[in-house]
Amino acid sequence: MKTLINIKDLHASINGKEILKGLNLEVKPGEIHAIMGPNGAGKSTLASILAGREEYEITEGSVDFDGKDLLELATEDRAREGLFLAFQYPVEIPGVSNVNFLRTALNEIREYNGQEQISAKDFMALVREKSALVELDSKLASRSVNEGFSGGEKKRNEIFQMAMLQPKLAILDETDSGLDIDALRIVANGVNKLKTPENGAIVITHYQRLLDYIVPDFVHVLYDGKIVKSGPKELALELEEKGYDWIKDELEKAH
Amino acid sequence: MSQTLMNTKLDQFRSKLTPSKVKIDQTLLDHADAYLNGREFPTTRDEFWKYTRLTKISNLQINVNASIIQSIPEAAIIHPNAQKIVFENGVYRKDLSDNIHQLSGVQFSDKGNSNFSFQEEVFYALNYKYSTDAITIDIESKTVLKDPIHLILISSGEGSVSMPRIAINADKFSESEIIVSTHNVNSQNCLTNVVIEVDVQENAKLTINKVQNEKSTNFSVFNERVDQALNSCFMLNTLTLNGSWVRNNVRVNVKGQNVETHLLGAYVTNESQHVDNHTLIDHLAPNCQSNELYKGVLDGKSTGVFNGKVFVRKDAQKINAFQSNGNVLLSDDATINSKPELEIYADDVKCSHGSTTGQLDEDAVYYLRTRGLSEKSARHLLVTAFIGDVLEKVEDEHVVKYAESALSERYGWSF
Ligand SMILES: Nc1ncnc2c1ncn2[C@@H]1O[C@H](COP(=O)(O)OP(=O)(O)O)[C@@H](O)[C@H]1O
Ligand SMILES: [Mg+2]
Repeated sequence: MKTLINIKDLHASINGKEILKGLNLEVKPGEIHAIMGPNGAGKSTLASILAGREEYEITEGSVDFDGKDLLELATEDRAREGLFLAFQYPVEIPGVSNVNFLRTALNEIREYNGQEQISAKDFMALVREKSALVELDSKLASRSVNEGFSGGEKKRNEIFQMAMLQPKLAILDETDSGLDIDALRIVANGVNKLKTPENGAIVITHYQRLLDYIVPDFVHVLYDGKIVKSGPKELALELEEKGYDWIKDELEKAH
Repeated sequence: MSQTLMNTKLDQFRSKLTPSKVKIDQTLLDHADAYLNGREFPTTRDEFWKYTRLTKISNLQINVNASIIQSIPEAAIIHPNAQKIVFENGVYRKDLSDNIHQLSGVQFSDKGNSNFSFQEEVFYALNYKYSTDAITIDIESKTVLKDPIHLILISSGEGSVSMPRIAINADKFSESEIIVSTHNVNSQNCLTNVVIEVDVQENAKLTINKVQNEKSTNFSVFNERVDQALNSCFMLNTLTLNGSWVRNNVRVNVKGQNVETHLLGAYVTNESQHVDNHTLIDHLAPNCQSNELYKGVLDGKSTGVFNGKVFVRKDAQKINAFQSNGNVLLSDDATINSKPELEIYADDVKCSHGSTTGQLDEDAVYYLRTRGLSEKSARHLLVTAFIGDVLEKVEDEHVVKYAESALSERYGWSF
């Protein structure tokens, strides 16, 4: 069976400091993978590198994304190939309206894939449909990107954008943090509704809580720049119960 | 009496100009003469010209050129219903202009004068002494103009010097909009030195939309003086879309109470353009509000200057004065000198001013790119948002459209 993304032995550093130290991960179509791990483990770094943030230096390893060498692609081309990152800290962009930039984004993605531009009518219909999906106020959809949004609204806006762009692979970086239970349910619901047998998701989270709503096929523990443990969804519960020290102890014992 | 000795560069420059045939108050003329005689062009040692050199102007090869344009160039049309008044090289082209006399509530004269006292500045003095033409537009009291009056200033030929003077009188309770724009037709090394003297009377509302769009190696100096009386509202929008060398000198004297003053500016520069905005709002009366927002985007080796002074005089209590200048530098070689200045002599006032200069937000560029926008589109979007903040405050949508399409044409931006 083909893979959506295949990360092999990925090493990356920033300012001379190695953050990812040989990371392996494979996601197949239709799968949801959860990545958990303590603060500073490198979860956001992994997400940023996959999305194409240029500050990081990749020293070793490879990433295959649906048959393409992901690391060779420009940031925007990764998005056009179907990769989406929901930011842990979404950026505020004063003066740029959400729907305006999404129309440009959608059309540039379509152009890249040899498709026709979306008509104004179809676009507005899509905005209505997808903002309803994440229960994002249509006023927010047309406001400046994230400007003056609450924490929860920013996260919902990320999922709204994801819904608009319909990626093959979505990476959600702590989309659950700072959300109350209602917002969490809405976000999770959005993700679940967008799931198809063809696409996949990597859900980075700190808390097991989210995984009650988005049920993963696999749970991985990212610790000190590596995936140190993988298991079925029950692993999340075990982590919640025992904390990460348990993993640490296990790793030390193994040495 | 002819001058045989030419001591200064300014004297040499003047020797190539023809003294004006336009009637003007003799006292003003005497002042202008006295001011100019033996004087030199200001240098960068002069605080008022600290960042703007006049060397290129003093070295201009001046010619008197016959008029060449047969019709108003397409590029000079901004508003479809505007009453147009055309100047070529500072000379009123009645044949190309609309018949302003027919406009009800408006008095027009092409034998202008000046109601202002002498302004001790070289470009005012030059304009008084050498004005190429002078007009007066009088918006009669209670007149509400449906469509704007559009003053089209065109430079043509090589080394032409335009020195038109425009007097605008917005009478009590009138409401009007004037568009002033600069353009060029087959021209190079021309100088435009405009004086615009504005009287906004009690309860009058006047908007001037100034569109600077000369696409040539021309020089332009705009000198605006505005007096505002009780309950009046004045708005000046300065949109500098092109022009190799542009200097704007704006002075607003707020003389009456309950006055609103709005100064907006947007300048977008590239290559070796130089754009200098000097503004002064002088609050002489209490209970007024002034708002000033200038934003610039500078690329290439271009240079910008913003100097915004706000005076609040001793008796001008309860003033709300807000001033802000923001700049985005798109290249390492572009520079801006920004200096907001507040001088407050009253104690019960609310004033704020600020100046920011920076690059585009790289986090925002990255964020947009992760959504599939090319780097170029992402940057364009951020730049248009930045400058759009000024454009969206301009009420005349035709002016906004014109500015947007000029910028799209030049930079490939889309709004
Ligand atoms: N720009 C940077 N410069 C130096 N160190 C960084 C930078 N960004 C992240 N790091 C370090 O990389 C490690 C991983 O960070 P991050 O990927 O944000 O962790 P997580 O998302 O798992 O909490 C941390 O030790 C952090 O301090
Ligand atoms: Mg993180």
